[in-house]
Amino acid sequence: MVRMARLSILRRLLGCGLLLACGTVLSRPAGGIPQQSSPSEELLTLPGELGNRGGRLVVSLRAEPKTLNPLTAADAPSREVIGAMQSDLVHINRAAQLTEPALAKSWKISPDGLEYTLILRKGLRFSDGQPFDADDVLFTFRVYLDEKVHATQRDLLIIDGKPIAVHKIDKWTIVFRLAKTYGVRERLFDGVVILPRHMLEKPYEEGKLGQVWTISTPANQWAGLGPFRLKEYVPGQRLVLERNPYYWKIDSKANRLPYLDELVFLFVPNADAQVLRFQSGETDLISRLGAENFAVLGRQEHRYTMADAGPGLEYNFVFFNLNDVDEKQSPEIARKQKWFRQVKFRQAVSAAIDRDAIVRLVYQGRGAGLWGPVTPGNPRWVNTSVARPARSLERARSLLKDAGFSWSNGPKGDSTLVDADGKAVEFSVLTSSTSADRTKMVTLIQDDLKQLGMRVQVVPLELRSLIDRITLTREYEACILAIVSPDADPNVDLNTWLSSGGNHLWNPSQAHPATAWEAEVDRLMEEQLIATSYERRKKLFDRVQEILAENQPMIFLASPDILVGAKNSIGNFHPAVLEPYVLWNVEQLYFKNNSENSGR
Amino acid sequence: MIRRRGWKRWLLALAVLHGIVAFAGFLAPYDPTEQDRERPYLPPMKIHLVDALGHFHLHPFFYPVHLRGRSFDQFEENTDQAIPLRFFVSGARYRLLGLLPSRIHLFGAQTSRIYLLGSDAYGRDQFSRILYGGQISLLAGLLGAGLTLFFGTLIGATAGYCGGWRDGLLMRVAELFVALPWLYLLFALRAFLPLAVSPVQAFFLIITVIGAVGWARPARLVRGVVLSAKERDFVRAARGFGATDGYLLRRHILPETSGVILTQAAILVPQFVLAEMTLSFLGLGVPEPVPSWGSLLGSLQQYSVLVSSWWMYAPALAIVPFFLVYLGLASALQQDAGTGKIEKTTGGT
Repeated sequence: MVRMARLSILRRLLGCGLLLACGTVLSRPAGGIPQQSSPSEELLTLPGELGNRGGRLVVSLRAEPKTLNPLTAADAPSREVIGAMQSDLVHINRAAQLTEPALAKSWKISPDGLEYTLILRKGLRFSDGQPFDADDVLFTFRVYLDEKVHATQRDLLIIDGKPIAVHKIDKWTIVFRLAKTYGVRERLFDGVVILPRHMLEKPYEEGKLGQVWTISTPANQWAGLGPFRLKEYVPGQRLVLERNPYYWKIDSKANRLPYLDELVFLFVPNADAQVLRFQSGETDLISRLGAENFAVLGRQEHRYTMADAGPGLEYNFVFFNLNDVDEKQSPEIARKQKWFRQVKFRQAVSAAIDRDAIVRLVYQGRGAGLWGPVTPGNPRWVNTSVARPARSLERARSLLKDAGFSWSNGPKGDSTLVDADGKAVEFSVLTSSTSADRTKMVTLIQDDLKQLGMRVQVVPLELRSLIDRITLTREYEACILAIVSPDADPNVDLNTWLSSGGNHLWNPSQAHPATAWEAEVDRLMEEQLIATSYERRKKLFDRVQEILAENQPMIFLASPDILVGAKNSIGNFHPAVLEPYVLWNVEQLYFKNNSENSGR
Repeated sequence: MIRRRGWKRWLLALAVLHGIVAFAGFLAPYDPTEQDRERPYLPPMKIHLVDALGHFHLHPFFYPVHLRGRSFDQFEENTDQAIPLRFFVSGARYRLLGLLPSRIHLFGAQTSRIYLLGSDAYGRDQFSRILYGGQISLLAGLLGAGLTLFFGTLIGATAGYCGGWRDGLLMRVAELFVALPWLYLLFALRAFLPLAVSPVQAFFLIITVIGAVGWARPARLVRGVVLSAKERDFVRAARGFGATDGYLLRRHILPETSGVILTQAAILVPQFVLAEMTLSFLGLGVPEPVPSWGSLLGSLQQYSVLVSSWWMYAPALAIVPFFLVYLGLASALQQDAGTGKIEKTTGGT
């Protein structure tokens, strides 16, 4: 019955959407929607180019968002959509990579670094017209910190094993108390979106918070503080958002943002299909472009603005299986681990890899070679003194010789690398079958290592089963993978560098650090977590980068530039190297020439 | 008699085509796995007889090509330096027909590489890769068809000759195999096998898989022929004179099936070449860097290659003559066998 009811609501919603599509875009008949700011509201004025109101922006999304519920959203499409619909207290500006006031107009951190006092903006309203105040913030943090809710953000709000304590001083002032100093400081509020208490308190008390706000939620049962609000969802095709008339940002002429009337996410699963949609004019923006597709679109540049925003935060790497593999269960892998565990072996592999060729052939020069995990796209945290040796087969050979390897000559005049027991060195590298870039990289590496006498086999696997192999069964020899950091701060990759982390790919979730240098990384990462000054944290994280570069648990390869495109008619198009690359300033995007767009 | 010469002509064309692929080592100028990282996605080079100044040369030559400054996909010819095309040059080692070690290649050049059909994403010579790729694809087709026909004949002859419950059982199994969606079966089989397989293992795996799935159709055809043949008067007469089952099959019945088997062979070989290509196209065939026609076409799955590198379509064209000749041969054989059969059956009954 419940299902039937939901279906009929959905059908009504769809019918409604059709009606709206036939006529002009109507705003909801809510009384007194402010178009200009009123003095009782403390709105945020954004600098930048002034735009025109109106228009419908269409972008493609790699997959359907799994949910609109920020508590359970774990997939990138859900997070991207939620980012356009919700707001946080303090926000990281994606272009400047620094924090800026959002729902909190100001904040103060006590001298001991343990108490954060946030002053909220007065007079704001949720997208359904209900007022926003400190009770919503209080409710939001109660929900995030509730163990039973299983919020994905919960871990970030637990410091030194204790949850952050939240107190309300008055209707507009909130105090957060931390158990220990926290290095990221006010950045911790980014991404913790504020939930409407008036709408979610009931389901929370009934213990049903995990089930609310699915993607098929009716628009009137949803509310947020972001620039856009829910309008319509067509399964398998698109999600339509409309302008939130109560949004709390204005431009320098006091016009309420956002400029756009509608934001449409089309579900286009394939990267090439996204390019085709963009080329045919169906979508207005495109991001996450591969270098080759970027070049194809660049040839018709008079129609689009194609931009290379510079190196992003994605790092590609090869790593070997360094888990404690049961010798009886997988004798082959255990035998090969004798090579993988030798630092000199890993260093030799790294020395033999032609990173210049990877950047040239895979990224058409639009990328940067990497010798450590921090990309040049993160100038605030990158350790520039990490050595960046050029490719050298001689150095690789001498490292291998030191580690006890030798060469035997084959019948065809080719030499084979053999270990101390006389066994030929050969191993397989897993790669995601859907990533053309990494498959290309590994084909280049295969040829690079052939010159050292190693035989490398490439095994393309579907991404899901690849991740299962690495984290669950741990039956693999080597793997090539990439991580895209969501933020520039080193804390976001804590799970990767700590030996106890589930993302510590080469040997995840260890009870005790397996090696001395992993213990050292653990210590440094934990110390920077509570260090309060940037200089101190930078020094600690620099050392982490040095240790990683020296021990090569991951052999870092390259980082692609963020390649994006937009129709020439789109104003305020300023791509950033952080996600969401082109939609981070969606409230300021506008159509320069409205007549062109009104036809649609 | 005219028809007989007809299929002989097809056979000759087939021999020539297979010869080209078999002598890939000699005809291809380079090793198919050798990368030239300065020249990815290089368009086919032009062979000139007239130089940049308009002078005619008797000896064909080409201009070396390099990337235009600050570009990664635009090339330009350096017309200052003409490089003569040389014949019977010494180059990369290979084994002729997999046996004779040699270094002599039909053509090549001294100071720069020549790309007759352009290069792929890694700067590997597309012409060499098509020739070598043909070896894998055609051999897979031929061996797969051989295997299929062997099992098909064996099972078909047993079912047809023995009859009774054996016939029933074998034919029901055959029907099951005919009804199986073979592509999904291949996926499933491939998923059961170990992750990392060397190119040689992968190759034999594909042949086994293709051969194991395809036996049902020829088996049914052979059974039909055997069924009718074993009731012929001369077979009955031979049996009456005390001929054994083995003798009857060998001397009288199996020769009757030769027409069907040959026709089937000519149909199955291209079909199995296509099966190998499908598997390799989907990344389940022989792994990189060894080329096969299917994996060569696999790069066309990328939109950017599809629209900007037209020479990557070349492997698709390479298979056209093979398929035409095989199907021509099949129809010539069928006509031949068909007329022969009608004469015999009318004479028999």
